[in-house]
Amino acid sequence: MSETHRLAKTALALLLAVAVLGLVPGTGLQAGAAKKLEIFSWWTAGGEADGLKAMFEVYKKLFPGVEIINATVAGGAGTDAKAVLKTRMLGGNPPDSFQVHGGAELVDTWVKTGFMESLAPLYKSEGWLNAFPKDLVDIVSHQGEQYSVPVNVHRGNVLWFNKKIFDDNKLKAPATWDEFFKVAETLKGKGVTPLSLGDKNKWEAAHLFEDILAAALGAEGYRGLWTGKTSWEGDGVKRALDTFARILNYVNRDHAAFVWDQAAQMLIDRKAAMNVMGDWAAGYFTAKGWKPNVDYGFAPAPGTAGLFVVVTDTFGLPKKAPNREQALAWLKVAGSKAGQEAFNPLKGSICGRTDCDPKKFDVYLQSSAVDFTKNALLPSEVHGSAAPEGFATLFNDILNLFVTNKDVKAAQRALQKACVDNKMCK
Amino acid sequence: MGRGRPRATRVLLYAILAFFAAFYLMPVYVLVNNGLKSFREVSLSRMWAPPQQVTLEGFGKALRELAPNLRNSVVLVVPAALVSAALGSVNGYVLAKWKFAGADVVFPLLLFGMFIPYQSVLIPLVQFLQWLGGLLPVRLYGSITGLVLVHVVYGIPITTLIFRNYYATVPTEIVEAARIDGAGLIGVYRNVILPLSMPAFVVVMIWQVTQIWNEFLFAVIVTSNPAQQPVQVALRNLAGSQIVEWNVQMAGALLAALPPLLVYVFLGRYFLRGLMAGALKG
Amino acid sequence: MRIRRDRALSALILLPSVVAVGVFVYGFIGWTAYVAMSNWNSFVPDLSFSGLRNFADLFQTPRFQIDMRNTLVFTLAFLAGCLGIGLLLAVLLDRQIRGEAFFRNAFLFPMSISFIVGGTVWQWLLNPSTGVNLLLESAGLGALKSPWYTEPRIAIYAVVIAALWQMSGFTMAMYLAGLRGISDELREAARVDGASDLQLYRHVIIPLLHPITLSAAIVLGHISLKIFDLVFAMTGSGPAFSTDVPGIFMFETTFRGNRFAEGATISIIMLVMVAVVIIPYLAYSSRTEAEA
Repeated sequence: MSETHRLAKTALALLLAVAVLGLVPGTGLQAGAAKKLEIFSWWTAGGEADGLKAMFEVYKKLFPGVEIINATVAGGAGTDAKAVLKTRMLGGNPPDSFQVHGGAELVDTWVKTGFMESLAPLYKSEGWLNAFPKDLVDIVSHQGEQYSVPVNVHRGNVLWFNKKIFDDNKLKAPATWDEFFKVAETLKGKGVTPLSLGDKNKWEAAHLFEDILAAALGAEGYRGLWTGKTSWEGDGVKRALDTFARILNYVNRDHAAFVWDQAAQMLIDRKAAMNVMGDWAAGYFTAKGWKPNVDYGFAPAPGTAGLFVVVTDTFGLPKKAPNREQALAWLKVAGSKAGQEAFNPLKGSICGRTDCDPKKFDVYLQSSAVDFTKNALLPSEVHGSAAPEGFATLFNDILNLFVTNKDVKAAQRALQKACVDNKMCK
Repeated sequence: MGRGRPRATRVLLYAILAFFAAFYLMPVYVLVNNGLKSFREVSLSRMWAPPQQVTLEGFGKALRELAPNLRNSVVLVVPAALVSAALGSVNGYVLAKWKFAGADVVFPLLLFGMFIPYQSVLIPLVQFLQWLGGLLPVRLYGSITGLVLVHVVYGIPITTLIFRNYYATVPTEIVEAARIDGAGLIGVYRNVILPLSMPAFVVVMIWQVTQIWNEFLFAVIVTSNPAQQPVQVALRNLAGSQIVEWNVQMAGALLAALPPLLVYVFLGRYFLRGLMAGALKG
Repeated sequence: MRIRRDRALSALILLPSVVAVGVFVYGFIGWTAYVAMSNWNSFVPDLSFSGLRNFADLFQTPRFQIDMRNTLVFTLAFLAGCLGIGLLLAVLLDRQIRGEAFFRNAFLFPMSISFIVGGTVWQWLLNPSTGVNLLLESAGLGALKSPWYTEPRIAIYAVVIAALWQMSGFTMAMYLAGLRGISDELREAARVDGASDLQLYRHVIIPLLHPITLSAAIVLGHISLKIFDLVFAMTGSGPAFSTDVPGIFMFETTFRGNRFAEGATISIIMLVMVAVVIIPYLAYSSRTEAEA
């Protein structure tokens, strides 16, 4: 009997210890008291995390006495974070504000389904209709009302290259894909991988393809893909796919084992010469101590000069935000000059606002900001602006197959079907 | 047996065993080796070389990042394992020792629950937890409490199985003797069955602690708020960050694996004994 | 009367578990089946009935077809590998080895490691530019290097290796338990009859281990049919979906693509696959128990 007694006592002691442990805040077994603000994002490390923290500092100065809960979930381009966010939102457990890509991702997933509050009054009271470019405001609008605040703008169509390798071989950044193939041949001859790619998460290959599409179709043609005006089975897309297949001959063979930042690392390690990625890669280079125009060079992705593929991170207001007052305060900070100037230089992006001080930004970002005002703005599909998420996941899947089997006809058919299934095309 | 065996065969035997031992232990070496390196030294290309300078900075940072989640895992595992073991014990007792009409149907029906793919119930699980949590004054979906409930329920089939098989080996004479002495259902349990439950209880606890600590899918779905997530989910988030600090990541993986590993190392012989007693034969 | 009270009590004791499992297993499966036959493929629930169309569509989806093939290959390789290695190690350990406890614990401990940790470690180990390849190269065995999971044709086998690492120790333990249960007299009798060691194993011992082989195959089989964490952490979908499994497809299409009906359809198909393996086994084992 004593063994059972011992058993029972141990069990009770354990349960008691756990109950005490559970009362420590953070396990969800206890309700907190002080004023809180919970911000959900996927900015977990590096410049992104630093930028977010800088914005928190601005918030704390303007609105002291609030405990900021930095709820971050890792996973580049937010793929895992979105899964977490959706289960939270579906479960009626929204954060006070969450990072979301402007455009279709915001509108189709959250606005049309009734999860977000309109920010039109806030836009008026903060004078944001004048501070942000019209195209950008349109991206976060639905039926004339704004639903989120664009904190930053990243450019998707950028070609990065190791400047020393290029200088050593007297190469210039290719302005078209035809020039790219010439450069690539030279590099291949020297034993350097021309283009690095890390597509373990699938979206990286899609990202590269999106820029090829923009080059092949031009601004109008590209925009037509999302409305059904440009057919996915047409010649433009065929040309893009053929080019993509050819480019893949110059890409590192083990691309499936790496993710985007490891592909960028290959430039630093001199294993590869070029990389096509959004300009968060610049943030990565900076964190590794690389300087623009000294260690790395940049140019619009081949064929896309004059085009600016927009990737924008925005914050909105979920309808059942537990701390609505603090959430609104946060949005004010996110849309303010001070907030954006604190965030963007560290993040490696340009402000959504047009009045940020250029001197706070490095060489690359200054040139990007200029391009932003002059170029044709295109919504990025891979990063949530151009098409609903159902299409986006299919897009990634179709291209994942294409990278291996290079079957142009099958890819075109599948893309057209995905377009129809997601009610973008007829 | 082993006498007069040619030496060559013996050497071959040990060689094969050593090869496999190396195969099984290789990942541990990788984890420990790289967990002890500094951020500057650690790199994928030098993962096999021992550290030039052993440092605990990787473990330190991993511990700091994962401490809240390690705590969440403990708060999850202890109640879930204990409650599911208790339920398994009483269920197994009834099913093994008290034959009644429905027993032959109830047991296989319960057992089937052990085999379902968790993916098949994710969506309704979330909705049900939401609904039930609204009904009761407790938050179920999005909390460790809900996850405890989930693991208790899905643990019932296997704990019942283990206890039932174990109690089936208890001779009916003893039960009969107790009944003749006037004990009813509960009396027999308290006086006869419970005192000798220890071996099965240990096996069940080892199994449940290891399974629940290591479980990922329910954890990532039910506790979707990163602050409440158990350590397996936090570990995966650590692996997904932008700038990968390999030494922290590997140290973190080791830390996340340590508790069930320790449970197994210290209590593993009971587990083997339990296996040999046919506990999991089904 | 006591008997009647006791009967009522036993029913009462079982009731909470029966209800819980009834809801959480059978109820939820029913609900998932319902969603699988609906049109809920965007963030807004749309539960209008669509019959079996989702199933038909799914079987025509290239990704799902690849998943089915992957599952088949993975299950066969995983089962064969685990049973083979498990049996081999158990037989070897049964030979009165010095340091048996050390070997036994070394083989069994990976089971206490989660699939997430296992997948993460094997991702590094089988990364072609480092890991095992590096080791082979420095041992002068560079010719054995492989592209592992970056080559679509063999990627699934890289995942099988990781899975074998995690689970073959468990199979070994089951076989070892079984071997220990074979009496010495039996072995002696066979030896007296002139059987060599090999014949002893082939004709006496291994047949006696059939029940264990069956149990192990069932446990391993149902794990491989619903595998998710290990592959998710190790390779994700892999190049050209060469390591994609239904578990990953379900997760992505539901929680990233908002296609809840498609996810439910995949879940039901996974359930059917598991049921096909498990239900006959449950029927068989309850029948053999009744006979015993």
